[in-house]
Amino acid sequence: MSTQQVMNQRDDERGVMAAVLRVPTVLRPAMGGASVIVVEGDTVGEVLLRLTATYPAVKRQLLNPDGTLHRFLNVYVNDDDVRYLGGVDASIANNDEITLLPAVAGGAT
Amino acid sequence: MLSLNASQRDAILAACIRALPNEGCGLLLGARDVVTDVVDSPNVADSAKLYEVDPRVLLSATRHADDQGIDVLGVFHSHTHSEAYPSPTDVAQAPDPSWHYLIVSLRDAPVMRSFRVLEGSVVEEPLSIGA
Repeated sequence: MSTQQVMNQRDDERGVMAAVLRVPTVLRPAMGGASVIVVEGDTVGEVLLRLTATYPAVKRQLLNPDGTLHRFLNVYVNDDDVRYLGGVDASIANNDEITLLPAVAGGAT
Repeated sequence: MLSLNASQRDAILAACIRALPNEGCGLLLGARDVVTDVVDSPNVADSAKLYEVDPRVLLSATRHADDQGIDVLGVFHSHTHSEAYPSPTDVAQAPDPSWHYLIVSLRDAPVMRSFRVLEGSVVEEPLSIGA
């Protein structure tokens, strides 16, 4: 199902709140090759917990043991960095687009 | 092999020189190992020894790539006082094994080299710079 088809689906057909999650290329092999996944949840934390329950291999790349976001992971809900929205407590609305972006960093040190 | 043209090479060098005294950085977009877009980024680490691509630039570039049917091929960054070779930090923080890692040394005359980082191992790859 394409992203647009998912977003056109009526809320009551899905039954519960769901977000469209864009998967970065580095995580796709561990997530069945999908580039876009629909995940249910009222918060970023719930979405990521459901995601990692389905794909446990990516858990340590997304979440710290205490359930907070991995420091090298950027998470956007639509155009907003969730760090400024409460982190894993950031609320999700139906059809929100969540983008996972591993930090791109390094240096000569 | 990573392929880019002379104009893109010049854009990368200019971005790295503009970033001095800090490390410069940015993203490489394209398809099938051929660069189509060079996306300069602020170095949010604000350091002469570390870099971090602005996440907002990464978000924008990722969306642009999706819209255009191309990929984020990799990242470029500069080493201001050391060789154009991945440091232990570069290797440890390499975000994606499918990416190309282009490094520019500004220690002396600019040197540009490209690498792949696979499970902690560095492999230099040919860098083709066309007209």
